[in-house]
Amino acid sequence: MTILLSIFIGLGLFFLVGFAGRTALHAAAPAHHKPMFRDMPLTASFGLAVIAIYVVVAILAPVIAPFGEGQVLGAAYQPWAAPHYLGTDKLGRDMLTRLIYGARNTVGIAFATTALAFVLGSVLGIWAALVGGRLDQWMSRFVDALMAIPALIFSLLLLTIFGTSVLTLILVIAAVDATRVYRLARSVAQGIVVMDYIEAARLRGEGMWRLIRREILPNAMAPLVAEFGLRFCFVFLSISALSFLGLGIKPPTADWGSMVRENATLITFGDITPLLPAGAIALLTVAVNFVVDWQLHRASGLKE
Amino acid sequence: MAPAGSACRGLSANAAQRPQGKNNGKRGDGMNDIWRMIGQRLLLGVLTLFIISVVIFGATELLPGDLARELLGQSATEETLAALREQLGLNDPAPLRYWNWLTGVLQGDFGVSMATQKPISELVGTRLGNTLFLALYAAALSVPLSLLLGVLAALWRNSIFDRASNALALTAISFPEFFVAYILVLWLAQTGIFPSMVRITSATTTGDLLYSAFLPALTLTLVVTAHMMRMTRAAIINLLASPYIEMARLKGMSPMRVVLRHAVPNALAPIINVVALNLAYLITGVVVVEVVFVYPGLGQLMIDAVTNRDIAVVQAIALIFAAAYVLLNLLADVLSTITNPRLMHRK
Repeated sequence: MTILLSIFIGLGLFFLVGFAGRTALHAAAPAHHKPMFRDMPLTASFGLAVIAIYVVVAILAPVIAPFGEGQVLGAAYQPWAAPHYLGTDKLGRDMLTRLIYGARNTVGIAFATTALAFVLGSVLGIWAALVGGRLDQWMSRFVDALMAIPALIFSLLLLTIFGTSVLTLILVIAAVDATRVYRLARSVAQGIVVMDYIEAARLRGEGMWRLIRREILPNAMAPLVAEFGLRFCFVFLSISALSFLGLGIKPPTADWGSMVRENATLITFGDITPLLPAGAIALLTVAVNFVVDWQLHRASGLKE
Repeated sequence: MAPAGSACRGLSANAAQRPQGKNNGKRGDGMNDIWRMIGQRLLLGVLTLFIISVVIFGATELLPGDLARELLGQSATEETLAALREQLGLNDPAPLRYWNWLTGVLQGDFGVSMATQKPISELVGTRLGNTLFLALYAAALSVPLSLLLGVLAALWRNSIFDRASNALALTAISFPEFFVAYILVLWLAQTGIFPSMVRITSATTTGDLLYSAFLPALTLTLVVTAHMMRMTRAAIINLLASPYIEMARLKGMSPMRVVLRHAVPNALAPIINVVALNLAYLITGVVVVEVVFVYPGLGQLMIDAVTNRDIAVVQAIALIFAAAYVLLNLLADVLSTITNPRLMHRK
């Protein structure tokens, strides 16, 4: 019964947020973008709305949160009642507050990692395609070898060697993910570097960096942006998984993965509180995936 | 300049090969071709594994200082450092250490765990079996399920079933494994239908194991089914636009028969590849799931070893996982080539 009820409420919220998001976007968009938003599927507008909500919560975390991030407020595992609307965790900290700060920490770290992986991977990939020859061969074969090791396993190996802290976590995940971005950026750039206008730019005497930034990157942007969304999901999920395993973001920093781990015992008593941070992770990844799916569909021009 | 040159070289190489191919083009000995191809792929696989072993072993060389100081911290005395270096064999040059490690691994000797002082092969032995069991269990559930769902979604495309399963699949792909796992615990273990922890002793029978490992296997199934289903559907729909499918339809075949007899055999190669990719994912995906369900497998051992920074154990398990990954990809490569006559008889 409760399951049916929650499914109904979930579907209702989905349509509500989806419609509201689409209407708002359509109203706010400049005239030449209006058709794009009018035809967008509900899933995509739902995704965009959810992402917007997360960003607002992350930025305004200290304003919205009722208590301090690491503040201990009394008994552990209190039930859902005012003033602790979602109860307290195993140290007596307010769950709602930590959920809100988690948006800032977890999403922020995942975003920084993805951005780093992208800068590293795409610059190296385009550079390899541009220079070509032996350098390209060596770098690509090296990346192939790295990619033959599963990502999670390789990250775990590197974390063992360099120790676990937030900085090493960001660097390790970014390095592992940069190999995947490198592959894509290189294959996209290979199609571009053979074009005449690149030849012309070379003859004009443009330097390597300018060629990458001004000539190739603008034309390689579309596939890279779609990949950014997907990569963000991967990075976000792997950082959450590592935090859940106790190897990622460490307490007292509020983080969704480690919040699940800390409070997991409650689940065996039928309390769903530990599922909330896990649900927050899931909801954001679903939202990003919906938006990426829509963008890919639009870019491919498929109507099936 | 360089790209144009290489394109020319590519062309001339093709041109040089083509007449040769025609002269040798005997269609009869297909078996020979298969064996030659498998041999080539195996050689490539061995080479890949060798490079992976170098990377896994060489990663420790990336440290700015040496491993002993990194592991013991700043407060360590010179004597303890020297003792640990001696134990780890850090006084030998890296290539010699690698050679010793590799020859040991090839004989099934992975060295000694630093945390427990036990031989690693002993720690890994039974747990490898448990992990393989869990992965196979999940594969046995997920592969038939996802193929069935994918074919049905392609058959009834744009129907409610297709849309709903597509949205559900996208949602399932986005869920972290531990979220799926805990939802299952909440629904199925809370009510006492299935146990939420897996205990394996020597007295455990296969039946017990199938029952008690059901929740971890179901978690993994839910995580990988979505991806396989979506790819199966996409591979089949890709083919449905081709003229020969149109022909089959115009002959008056039923849609089910068109899909099963005409589309699926040609969609096998991409499907096999995505299945292998997901099975490889299962091998690593077990890590989180094993921790949630306290399942005594390799993943759990690896997490403990990472927490203790027991580098030798982590290296051994990483090598095992990577080997499984390479083997599965190899298998997919061979199988998808065999299912495609055009790839088989390429000269």
